[in-house]
Amino acid sequence: MIEVRNLTKHYGDKKAVNDISFTVNDGEILGFLGPNGAGKSTTMNMLTGYISSTSGQALINGVDILEDPIKAKSFIGYLPEIPPLYVDMTVHSYLNFVFDLKKCKLPRRSHLKDVLTLCKIIDVENRLIKNLSKGYKQRVGLAQALIGNPPVLILDEPTVGLDPKQMVEIRTLIKRLGKNHTVILSSHILSEIQAVCDRVIIINHGVVAANDTATNLSNKVTTDHRIMARIDGERAEILQAIRALNGIKYIRADMEREPGIYEYEIEAEQGIDIRRDINQICRAHEWDILTLRTMEMTLEDIFLKITMGENIQIQKGAGK
Amino acid sequence: MGAIYRREVGAFFTSSIAYIFLAVFYIFSGLFFSLNNISAGSTDLSFVFSTMFFMSIFLIPILTMKLFSEEKKQRTEQGLLTAPVSLTGIVLGKYFAALTMYVIAVSIVFIYGLILSLYGTVAWLTLLSNYLAVLLVGAAFIAIGLFVSSLTENQVAAAVGGIICLAMLFLIDVIASFVKISWLQGFLYDLSFYTRYYEFTCGIFNLSSVLFYLSTAVLFNFFTVRVFEKRRWS
Repeated sequence: MIEVRNLTKHYGDKKAVNDISFTVNDGEILGFLGPNGAGKSTTMNMLTGYISSTSGQALINGVDILEDPIKAKSFIGYLPEIPPLYVDMTVHSYLNFVFDLKKCKLPRRSHLKDVLTLCKIIDVENRLIKNLSKGYKQRVGLAQALIGNPPVLILDEPTVGLDPKQMVEIRTLIKRLGKNHTVILSSHILSEIQAVCDRVIIINHGVVAANDTATNLSNKVTTDHRIMARIDGERAEILQAIRALNGIKYIRADMEREPGIYEYEIEAEQGIDIRRDINQICRAHEWDILTLRTMEMTLEDIFLKITMGENIQIQKGAGK
Repeated sequence: MGAIYRREVGAFFTSSIAYIFLAVFYIFSGLFFSLNNISAGSTDLSFVFSTMFFMSIFLIPILTMKLFSEEKKQRTEQGLLTAPVSLTGIVLGKYFAALTMYVIAVSIVFIYGLILSLYGTVAWLTLLSNYLAVLLVGAAFIAIGLFVSSLTENQVAAAVGGIICLAMLFLIDVIASFVKISWLQGFLYDLSFYTRYYEFTCGIFNLSSVLFYLSTAVLFNFFTVRVFEKRRWS
């Protein structure tokens, strides 16, 4: 379990991370999302004890990373943004070194073999790390984090440089690890976070902008007041009729989806459900509604909205 | 500490540094040995030891240059600093790895001693005293070189900086001889690495000199730990 309380990091005057609090429970995968320079890596570096915090606390399994760093670090497997690989070593001797470095008590031979198999690098075991491709290096980095089977895994962009097939494999692996590990995972790839993580924290300008499950996040901003409708009828008339409705903010019809049939993007004031009104108008004018759906927001939209500073109210810092 | 020590010793031999270091050390000490002892028919090894003192000024920074700078450059230090080991453990692991290389290098004098003992009587106690002296000087120099390496992420800068620092320490006597303020001159003479070393080569075992070299080593290793500590907290 990871508990972060009011964690803050200043670099001179610049506040890289400002008063972040969250909790990650055992067996939970937390996605860390944010634009470049938002403070993701800084937060992860503080959690792993690579840098200190200016104020606030980070507890790993109840141990404060600054008070008892050696014990706290022994709970963590960390894959930094750039994997800490000694390129002059073979994969095998490097992992052996990490095994010793972490003072691992597990049976050496079988544990190393497990990790090598898990990360699918057993076939490059005896090659020098510098001769490996980026994808393989990344997997060696992941293997290094897994050595000693630490209960907490902190992975900074683990799928960078992998091809799509490897990405899926690593994601599946992380999902599997998430069942009995506490995992924090940062990524730029939103679909990845959506696929893997139980919960998402969006961080922007060093503060937590959103903290919820991925589904909840999209539900919260899913709106009945934004509608996509494909209506068979005269475009100008339809536009005029719908504009006349109560509470319409804007309507747009740029897309001719089928010959003579347009798709209308309609947004009403918040809280007004206009689906029935549209239906009634169409019936009155004898237009056919071919499609009518509310516009779901993907994590991507939410991310953009939040980080672009648009005025979307998302419940902040729910914590659990 | 053990893991880092073993890795570093291994890394010396997988990179070319160990071979270059040992080869240069053996070639030059061997050259002076054959000139001063074999050709001249002398069993006095003190000149060979003196050349070792000079060589270590240039060779020890080569040994220590990449120990921390390379870690910083390749971002591997992140792995070390987030592993469950203390900073002291990391620094000492690397320190003793370099010291091991140095011991391997200077221990060649025992072979020289054996060769000489075939032709005459060797003053083994003087040889041991000399050996101890170069070891102590090396122990202090390595700590300084390691400290310089922790300040930069450029190997060349670490090597050049190390050589300059060690040369300055060697030149303290020369500088002191120009200083006219008597207390300052005395102070500089007290700091002299070479004067203390020279006593050993004459067979004088001075405990204060032993402590001087050892405390230099401890002090600079402590500084190196502080460098990392400071960076973590900045």
